[in-house]
Amino acid sequence: MVDRNPVAGGPGGGPGTLEPAPGGERDWLRFRDDPAPDEPAVTLDAFLDQSNAGSVRLEAGDDVRRLGPVLDRLRLVEVDFPRFRDGRGFSSARVLREMGYTGEIKATGDVLVDLIYFMRRCGFDSFAPNVPFNREDVNAAMSRYPYVYQPAADDAVPIWKLRHPDLANG
Amino acid sequence: MKILTGNDLKTGSVVWWDGQGWSIYVDDAVDVGDAADGIMAREEAACRVNNPYAIDGEKTADGVRPAHIKDRVRAYGPTVRPDLTLKPADPEAGNWVI
Amino acid sequence: MYRYDKYDQAMVDARVEEFRDQARRRIEGHLTDDQFKPLRLKNGLYLQLHAYMLRVAIPYGTFDSRQMRKLAHIARTYDRGYGHFTTRQNIQYNWIKLEEAADLLGELATVEMHAIQTSGESVRNISADQYAGAAADEIIDPRPWCEMIRQMTTFMPEFSYLPRKFKIAVIASKVDRAALRWHDFALRIVKNDAGEIGFEVYAGGGMGRTPFIAFKIRDFLPTDQIFSYLQAVLRVWNRNARRDNIHKQRMKILVHELGEEEFARQVEEEFQHFLTLATDFPQAEYDRIAAYFAPPPFEQGLSDEIDRSDPEFALWVDRQTVAHKAPGYAIANISLKPIGGIPGDISADQMDLVADLAERYSFDEIRATHAQNLVLPHVRKQDLYAVWQALTEAGLADVNLDLVTDIIACPGLDYCSLANARSIPLAQKIAERFADRQRQQDLGELKIKISGCINACGHHHAGNIGILGVDKKGSESYQLLLGGSGDEETSQAKITGPGFDENGIVDAIERTVERYRAIREPGERFIDTYRRVGMDQFKEAIYG
Repeated sequence: MVDRNPVAGGPGGGPGTLEPAPGGERDWLRFRDDPAPDEPAVTLDAFLDQSNAGSVRLEAGDDVRRLGPVLDRLRLVEVDFPRFRDGRGFSSARVLREMGYTGEIKATGDVLVDLIYFMRRCGFDSFAPNVPFNREDVNAAMSRYPYVYQPAADDAVPIWKLRHPDLANG
Repeated sequence: MKILTGNDLKTGSVVWWDGQGWSIYVDDAVDVGDAADGIMAREEAACRVNNPYAIDGEKTADGVRPAHIKDRVRAYGPTVRPDLTLKPADPEAGNWVI
Repeated sequence: MYRYDKYDQAMVDARVEEFRDQARRRIEGHLTDDQFKPLRLKNGLYLQLHAYMLRVAIPYGTFDSRQMRKLAHIARTYDRGYGHFTTRQNIQYNWIKLEEAADLLGELATVEMHAIQTSGESVRNISADQYAGAAADEIIDPRPWCEMIRQMTTFMPEFSYLPRKFKIAVIASKVDRAALRWHDFALRIVKNDAGEIGFEVYAGGGMGRTPFIAFKIRDFLPTDQIFSYLQAVLRVWNRNARRDNIHKQRMKILVHELGEEEFARQVEEEFQHFLTLATDFPQAEYDRIAAYFAPPPFEQGLSDEIDRSDPEFALWVDRQTVAHKAPGYAIANISLKPIGGIPGDISADQMDLVADLAERYSFDEIRATHAQNLVLPHVRKQDLYAVWQALTEAGLADVNLDLVTDIIACPGLDYCSLANARSIPLAQKIAERFADRQRQQDLGELKIKISGCINACGHHHAGNIGILGVDKKGSESYQLLLGGSGDEETSQAKITGPGFDENGIVDAIERTVERYRAIREPGERFIDTYRRVGMDQFKEAIYG
């Protein structure tokens, strides 16, 4: 068993390393290999009303579970953080992954660089912060913690499993 | 008078604007008039002070007296530990806070 | 006691370096105060009236001599020679410098301590029965679950920014010494009819400006499903809580607004979902942790006799010691409430002394209590006299456990930037008024709790007599409350009427207490009498 355990790409692909996908400076906060959707994201209500959109923008109060029945036509979910103090978006991302969504989840708005590691663990795989991140701060934040205490939406192995390598992988 | 106070960014010590810099003694505080916002913005940007704010004070015979009890506690120290205040030798000094 | 393995140590070490980096970015101007504040708060670092204040976690109130000596060293090196035990079994330092805080955290990490999530909008340090593992009345030691929950709730990705703080308590006895139902989430370990261990679960309690007593959300939760259940509770709260008013974002408000039934329904639905994700910690991990909490090697065949020929010592024994589960042993309470002193404060030298006593006489264990006292949990009865003598010499042998002078008080306006009034001078005045030993003993159990503002860190809602400091047009004023309790018959104190100044409130308390003495029936504690006769009797005594 590998002892050191950096957060790998979430479900939905993307590299597990800290190097973002190719595509130039614009994309260095996108941790996916597939081409970025370029259509504008619509509101949750608009998305549920129209069948041709592929990108949706979730406001902090939106109930992400409403997307459950239409996941197959989704390619991008933007989750907005109106203020960094509003942590509802963390649950939205993880719930999306739990429902089986494998497309892109982008954090937008007032995103704190110090929390992006935990956002990655919830299933976010791209970031569009209001205030640009410093690249060194991103790398530092992403590589800070050698282990994780609990499972989340990524495939990081929790410490308790490392402690009990004999247990069936369940 | 309007006086400026805050906490030193690195040490957390209570400080008062003395016209040139920050002093730990409230009696050094000067009247900043309408200049508070400019000084605070400049000093905060220079990372010399944390969370500065302007308060009302009064120039008395004994020195400068902040209008609110909270700022008098800040100026003096914890009333229950006179030994840790700025006037440890004066057992009556804590009464100034009230 | 639990010991870190390389994983725990690596996580705490990583946190220290993260904070070092964040503090550097703040000092160099890359972070504004607004950005830095939530980061420092998640490491227990506040900016208070006189300096930065650091709150160090003492998980479930259990620590050892090595850790206590480090706390003493930190008091001397980074602070001004003392520390303050809080109402959540933590310790805090009042004079910390930001530029030294990372080094301090680094020193803590060398003794397996940290300040992670002791503040901010996160799952806070877990509190527990301070007699855990020693109490004669417990079903099982609750601390292995506390430790497991500590690990479950450390750096939870989904709950990186909760609506507000979230406080957990765990006990394993009928008698509640941890103010269980004043917590956001609380577990009482019980046995069901089949003899299985499980949790009786409470949710939605909390003090603050809008107090609520937690309701029982589940009669029996299998212990191996606790992580699923906890995540379900947190997710329902995180999803539904308001974000527009910081004073209305605690989970208790959501429970109140949704109603207990609807809140429980949503939790149950989310719980069933989490069970399918198989995120719960396995029995093997519980067993691994529980092994650290195996009972110490108690000597067999010890006598229960105590030589009571020294009357001063006998008084101390009767008041400060409690029945232990092992024959020949006692639980010894150390008062941090000397008459005229500062509740919860302890000097570095006193910390070293307590560390020595723990090492020599208590299987190297110390406990912090939510009432701001300390405990030596496993003392041989034959050693009590030596312990008492050493405590006496150090000024730590006051005889007032749960008495009128064993006052809980927040730091108040002497230290705290949120406070409206001073708490400590009031605690000192009350203690001096009731200093007479015989009078204290005669009054019996009487819990006075003082908060310097409505945030209620001094637990005034749970005081038999509660005091709330308020700002009345720029001067300190105090409201009097009666009838609160944090024990198994949890109740919320009610305001008596108009407030008082500092001297007035001490007089009002004396009138309250004298009325109790006049009307109590044999064997009644203050709270019993209050519950029997109600507020009016006391109002009349107070206001005439």
